Formats: sequence, structure tokens, C-alpha cells
Amino acid sequence: MHDFIYHRPDDLGVAANLLAAKAEAKLLAGGMSLLPSLKLRLAQYSDLIDLKSVAGLQDIRREGDTLTIGAMTRHAHVAASDEVKQAIPGLAVLAGGIGDPLVRNRGTIGGSIANADPAADYPSAVLGLGATVTTNRREIAGDRFFTGLFETALEEGEIITAVRFPVPFRSGYMKLPHPASRFALTGVFVAQTRVGVRVAVTGAGSSVFRLPAAEKALSIDFSPAALDGIAVDPGALTSDIHASAEYRAHAIVVLTKRAVTAAQAQ
Amino acid sequence: MPFVSMTVNGVRRKTGVEARTLLVQYLRDHLRLTGTHVGCDTSQCGACTVHVDGVAIKSCTALAVACDGATVTTIEGLQNGDELHPMQRAFHEEHGLQCGFCTPGMIMSAIDIVRRNGHDLDEHTVRKQLDGNICRCTGYHNIVRAIRAGASAMRPR
Repeated sequence: MHDFIYHRPDDLGVAANLLAAKAEAKLLAGGMSLLPSLKLRLAQYSDLIDLKSVAGLQDIRREGDTLTIGAMTRHAHVAASDEVKQAIPGLAVLAGGIGDPLVRNRGTIGGSIANADPAADYPSAVLGLGATVTTNRREIAGDRFFTGLFETALEEGEIITAVRFPVPFRSGYMKLPHPASRFALTGVFVAQTRVGVRVAVTGAGSSVFRLPAAEKALSIDFSPAALDGIAVDPGALTSDIHASAEYRAHAIVVLTKRAVTAAQAQ
Repeated sequence: MPFVSMTVNGVRRKTGVEARTLLVQYLRDHLRLTGTHVGCDTSQCGACTVHVDGVAIKSCTALAVACDGATVTTIEGLQNGDELHPMQRAFHEEHGLQCGFCTPGMIMSAIDIVRRNGHDLDEHTVRKQLDGNICRCTGYHNIVRAIRAGASAMRPR
């Protein structure tokens, strides 16, 4: 790892100023993806701005039909939170299946979605629940947040502060974890929300995406059987040494059914 | 060069380190606490597991400077004088090791499993929660047995 200057501001404004002032600066959240990439020298920065001490970024709170999770909230806290388990059980399940317990003790929701790994779990919840990403400048709709492979709508110098999830009627998340990394070979988040059924798929393309055909079928009948006959076109899906596009296309339907079953149990 | 100050195994330490120094490098190379091992160095194997402010993390994937002000416990800090920690004793009694390289991380993780899941652990829970620790000797049967016994022995009397 190349050396850098380390900053640990305790105020969001100071963090934003540092980020603006340094040309080659990067924000550090839990570091579960950033530090490995620095160690492999896949990335190099002049300054790291650690957000761990910035006040107000680690709260989980429910207000009416909205659950807000601070950007620096660790996966372990989301998984164990009574507030999350009660409001959106599918989200608690998702957080409890990221990486391994030691990664979950460190990794954060803001870091995960800012990194936008195509096989990360959280993006499917942001898209599947129709969440809103709050930054130091504005609010970004979950539908517009993920723009491609490791690409997001975040602009230079923008810092995620929280994610606001509308509380759905029911939700479920299922994934095929890669046996070594625990990343989603394919993962599906299903939610029956106040504005209709949403189905979001991660791990199967360059970025998380929705499945309109399944959403339509589940809107009529929210049951696994409603998905019989739904086929996913493997044409646009990822094919790699771990799984072919055809395998992933098949897995999407199976996992969607299982996620519906999990949601029905709520 | 930034200074880091942390309490390691009950002793206050203050050292100048490069910002890029990983916590595991700080512990092993600067403090000579070589009980914490580096297995894979890619956040997979868990041999480097230590407790930072009471929570188990992989010290190969944390910056020493980010732990400034923290309380750190390594495998060397578990025993009380000559008396092994109940989890260490359980690994000894149940022969929860083969070559022993992964053992420090296994024990530090095991104590965190108890913190999160309590003292009554079934085999399924232990295996699931041991996801972040790899034993290349594949000695998992005795490791799982040791963790269940250690969890029980850690129960406050």
C-alpha cells in the first residue's frame, strides 16, 4: 500500500472541505473494499478522510413509514437492530448475510452503496425498496443512484449521510453466496410496498436492476406460483468462471420465489 | 509521521507509524505481539482477528491510525496471569487445533460469537458464525466442539 495522509474529522462540513481541497482524496467508511484495493495497489490516494468520527452518521431511526439508517452504520448493527427487524425484516436478513461476522462488524451501508460493487447485497435493497439516498448536498432516488459497474450518481465531493427506506408491507432477500467471498453470485430483493411490488436483482449484471415481468406477476398474485412461466433473458447477464449467464437467469427466478416465500412468512 | 495511541492488552502504547500501517503490522512489527497471525492478508481467513473496543475485526483490514484511542485485545491479552481464558482452555482440552496457525484468530472470533449469541451455542450457529475464519487443516469438528465448550465455560458464575 502506498502511503497517504490520514484525516479523521468529527464534522461533516470539515470532511467535505477536506474532500474538496485535496485533488486525490478518498473517503474511508468501513474500509472493507477500499483497504483491500489499496493493499493490492489497485488504487492510490493522497489523502484518506475517515468518516468514523463524524457525528450523526450512525443512527437508525423510524419515523412513521420511513426507516432511516445513517451512512456509517455497520452491517452488524443493522442486522441486530430491533428497529430494523420490526420495520423491514428482509433488510435485517440481508445485512446479516453480508461477508462474514468480522466484515459485518466493520463494513457500513454508506460504504457499500458508494462502492456499488455489482455483487454487493445492499444495492438490491436500495433499489428493491425504492429508498432515497441522502447526501451532504441533496437527495437521490434509489432508482437513479446506481448507474453502472462501480458507478453511482454521486458527484465529486459528495458524501452519503443516510439511506431512507420506505417501510414496505412485506419484504424478503435471498442470495446464492459465493462460497469463498460470500458476495452474491445472484441475489434478489422482493418488496411489497405501498406503491406496488418491486423486485431488484444483484450479482447478475454490471449493476443492480429491476425485474418488471416478475413485479407485474407478483402485483396480481404475491405468491411463488405467480412466477411460474417467468423467464429471464440471459443475454444481458454476467457470465464468469463462477456461473454462466444461463445459470444466473435460472437462479434469479428461483431466488425470487424463495424471497417471496420469505416475505410471506412475515 | 502520525502518532497512534491505544491501549493494547491493558497497556497504554504510543508510537509513531506511517498512515498506511495496518493494525496487524502495528501489533506484530511495532509491538512485537506476534500471536496475531497473517494468513491470507486479503480479509478471508481471520487468522489476524483481534478485538477493537470489544468487537472482533480482521486486523489485516484496518489501519492502525484509525484505531487511535481504541482499546485493543490480542490473543496475548486473554489469559489472567498463568490462568488461560476459558475459551483458550476449551481449545486445549477439546484439541481444537491441528497446526495451530489459525488458532489465535479462531479463539478471538469464538469469544465474539459468545458476545453476540450467548453461552448456549448449537453446532449450526457456531459453524455459521465461524464463516470468517478458515482452518486450512480442516480441523473444524474439534474447533466447533471447543467453541461450544468454551462458551459454556465463559458463563458468569
